[in-house]
Amino acid sequence: MIYVKDANLNLPWNEVNVAGNIYGGGTSLDVNTGDWRLFIPAWIEEKCKHCMLCFPTCADSSIPVKNEKREDFDFKHCKGCGVCYKVCPFDAITWEKEDK
Amino acid sequence: MGIRERLSGNEAVAVALKQIDPDVVAAYPITPSTEVPQYFAQFVADGQVNTEFVTVESEHSAMSACITATAAGGRSATITSACGLALMWELLYVASGSRLPVTLAVVNRALSGPININNDHSDSMGARDSGWIQLYSENNQEAYDNYIMSLRIAEHKDVMLPVMTCQDGFITSHAIENIELLEDDKVKKFVGEYKPEHSLLSGERLSIGPYDTPMFYFEHQYQRARAMVDSKKVILEVSKEFGELSGRHYGLFEEYKMEDAERAIIVLNSTAGTAKAVVDELRSKGEKVGIIKLRVFRPFPMEELAKALAHVKAVAVMDKAESFSGIGGPVFGDVRSACYELKTRPHIINYIYGLGGRDVPMSDIQIVFDALKEVVKNDNPGEIYRHVGVRGV
Repeated sequence: MIYVKDANLNLPWNEVNVAGNIYGGGTSLDVNTGDWRLFIPAWIEEKCKHCMLCFPTCADSSIPVKNEKREDFDFKHCKGCGVCYKVCPFDAITWEKEDK
Repeated sequence: MGIRERLSGNEAVAVALKQIDPDVVAAYPITPSTEVPQYFAQFVADGQVNTEFVTVESEHSAMSACITATAAGGRSATITSACGLALMWELLYVASGSRLPVTLAVVNRALSGPININNDHSDSMGARDSGWIQLYSENNQEAYDNYIMSLRIAEHKDVMLPVMTCQDGFITSHAIENIELLEDDKVKKFVGEYKPEHSLLSGERLSIGPYDTPMFYFEHQYQRARAMVDSKKVILEVSKEFGELSGRHYGLFEEYKMEDAERAIIVLNSTAGTAKAVVDELRSKGEKVGIIKLRVFRPFPMEELAKALAHVKAVAVMDKAESFSGIGGPVFGDVRSACYELKTRPHIINYIYGLGGRDVPMSDIQIVFDALKEVVKNDNPGEIYRHVGVRGV
């Protein structure tokens, strides 16, 4: 039995979980879904008023908020949808094609 | 010594289910298997079982309920026929792909269309590639025995695949014949408790059936394919144990008067009985004929069957289902392939027969044995893909 965090593409057939069962909880945290992204947002901290309009729109909970202030994006899970960029009234978020 | 009874094939399966007392039975009625859930519902109403009986709205839901109940850690079973099995099709693959040992009693009936409620094997043959183990039964006794064994095969840790146990609609499902039942406690002891290594209600955190990416899907299919290969050994082990308990011994197939046979017929289910009667008649006239009755169709007993046919001069494979491939039925293709590597191999021809409840009298089997005589005489199979019992053919 393998946990998601230990799964990798070197595992032979007899070491991957039978039928693709996933063991343990909170496994999305371990999976890098940010690699689907084509466009990437950037947070310009100087312009940000911490108005909190952006973070509820994030479908991937990739805008962390601590002590009523937003922090930089969680790029491991941000899919680059651009909604935060659209809702920001202060041009504190840019959105450009990601250079990979 | 077991209990002597007289039961129809449907009653036999219902009694097996009563003795097993599964956690969940989810079923939707369809001729000719309707009686099984009907009898079972009575057992539930009478408090003779502790089963959660789910009266679902379709066979698609019946199989879904069984899949989820089994994923939760329960033992689940269902019963169906024909279009009911076809409606389960999507979920059949989910059950085997999720490696959930659901058991299913199939009472074979022709698929529509045109609509027909009588027997042939087009339903279960349509499910032959779904990753389910398939057992076939000649009569009520075998339907009962196979069903009880199917749980042990399905739930074995090296298998973890669902099993469908088939018998012929009306011909055996509704015919009342003598049967020897095992005592309840013996059945309960034989099937034991279902204790899966992992399940949704076990307390561990677990997801079953999540999206499988291209990076892992192929490995999971390989596991599933290997389990089917490995199940052959388990089927034989379970059958041996069942033989010691019941005195009734089962292999991957039954060889009837095959030792010195020059001509042989391969059949499934009830036609084996008719064919044995013909073999007896021909043997009394000194003809070297025999039959092989396949019990296990999936996994296909390739090496074993080739060995059993190596000394035979001509074989007719009887398919009670069309595959519309233009080259013969489903059993035929596998049998012929199995014999390909033999140093000396028999001529092998195919007969499609008995579709949609067409009666299969001894004279039809006689026609097939006569045709094999011609094949042997000419040392040439002639036409490979044949039909018997169709008017004008």
